[in-house]
Amino acid sequence: MIKAEQKPIDEILRSVDPYNRILLSGCGACVAVCHAGGEKEVGLLASSLRMARQKIGKRIEVLEATPARQCEPEFASEFAETIEKVEAVLSIACGVGVQTIARSFPNTPVFPGVNTTFMGETMMHGVWEERCQACGNCILEKTGGVCPIARCAKQLFNGPCGGSSKGKCEIKREADCAWQLIYDRLKNLNQLYKLEEVILPKRWGVESRDSGPRRIVREDLKV
Amino acid sequence: MKVESNLEKILKKGIFAVTGELGPPKGNDVSVVKRKAELLRGYVDAINVTDNQTAIVRMSSMATCSFLIQLGLEPIMQMVTRDRNRIAIQSDIFGATALGVKNLLCLTGDHHTFGNQVDSKNVHDLDSVQLIHCVRTMRDEGTLLGGEEKIEGEIKIFIGAAENPFADPFEFRATRLGKKVAAGVNFIQTQCIYDMNRFKEWMKMVRDRGLHEKVHILAGVTPLKSGGMARYMAKNVSGIIIPDEIIDRVVKAKKPAEEGIKICVEQIQELREIEGVHGVHIMAIEWEQMVSKITEMAGLLPRPKIE
Repeated sequence: MIKAEQKPIDEILRSVDPYNRILLSGCGACVAVCHAGGEKEVGLLASSLRMARQKIGKRIEVLEATPARQCEPEFASEFAETIEKVEAVLSIACGVGVQTIARSFPNTPVFPGVNTTFMGETMMHGVWEERCQACGNCILEKTGGVCPIARCAKQLFNGPCGGSSKGKCEIKREADCAWQLIYDRLKNLNQLYKLEEVILPKRWGVESRDSGPRRIVREDLKV
Repeated sequence: MKVESNLEKILKKGIFAVTGELGPPKGNDVSVVKRKAELLRGYVDAINVTDNQTAIVRMSSMATCSFLIQLGLEPIMQMVTRDRNRIAIQSDIFGATALGVKNLLCLTGDHHTFGNQVDSKNVHDLDSVQLIHCVRTMRDEGTLLGGEEKIEGEIKIFIGAAENPFADPFEFRATRLGKKVAAGVNFIQTQCIYDMNRFKEWMKMVRDRGLHEKVHILAGVTPLKSGGMARYMAKNVSGIIIPDEIIDRVVKAKKPAEEGIKICVEQIQELREIEGVHGVHIMAIEWEQMVSKITEMAGLLPRPKIE
């Protein structure tokens, strides 16, 4: 799922500084799971903003909302009436959700309240790690279900580099070396032969973001 | 295809090769290149020119190589995939070969966060194995990567790469060398060797796979200047193993630098005896003046002149 972290409160306060009435919108999906932008965080951030503004004698009215999925236009459209009452929207959904609001309400400024960070997995309560870069052509079958594009700092297809030491990456010593994980898993599966294959250059310019923003069209689903 | 670089000729004749290393200046002061080049002249068969090593911005490898060629020396141009996509890589290979570069060392490169431009965006369009494949395609097929488009002219490159027997997972390091061989590498320079037992174990795995007959392996050495340097490298540099007895020898020596040179010479002599080691790569980092002494003491002089 998409992971995000709340922006520093000072940065958020600067964004909303010109406004006295805003809508603070969270999202009930990914960012709620990682405790960055769900209903609970909407409530907490709204209180922080009100207090901070009260302290400087510049009261702010914060309306709160948390649609199930801010990235779906029909959920954003639930805001249609509320939007009329506010000067701006502060969104703590991911970057996709912020853009759905922007597209849905062309006359209302919208500000991000979180930094969208990565697509990742929950390791334990309060710890998330990056797992996928949406590169557009999955090679996990070659690498034992461990992605070197998301998890190797150099995105090596034919790793590991010379900086893999005792299972850890030289760049972030607390991080596992993805290629050590790949090796261990394929060894366990008796599939080390898979690592003999030279993986040829990826077609970044066709498959990935490098070709410009990607679009999926499913004719069978279009109405 | 025969490239006819001096290094290739020496290795093909079965002569134990010696290469050195030159780090370009952190600016455009050509006198630094000239000074370091003269310290290596006559003591090595070819000189590696590093490509922004440890991600510190330096004079470009290609420009520095061009100066060495003007000085009548043979460079091994290092090229990292960290900073170039395949357009820039292939364009630089056109340019470098046109300037007379005949040896290319294909590397991924140190991660940019180790250097002085930590905010940069790294590229990694290709990795080192894919770079080898790319250069081989250009040289042997005469086409660009992934295309039918013919190259105007001929790319004559003796293809090199690095390998680190001291990184993990150890059991995989010889397999990975096999991938580089399959991709088309001609010679390998290793990470600096201090743990001789582990290196010999790795070489055995290399021989068991028959790789020593397909690729020339040049063993990497770096003389230790001081006990501090030995301890620092052992503790902080991933992929370098320095056994305690070597650190102790340098630390306890009255003249640590001399002891470091002595150890280096002993290592070269030991490496020379290992089946499949075809040369030595001396990385005397900011200590280029010692290469003459090391090569002399190790009995590697005079370097052969091959026509």
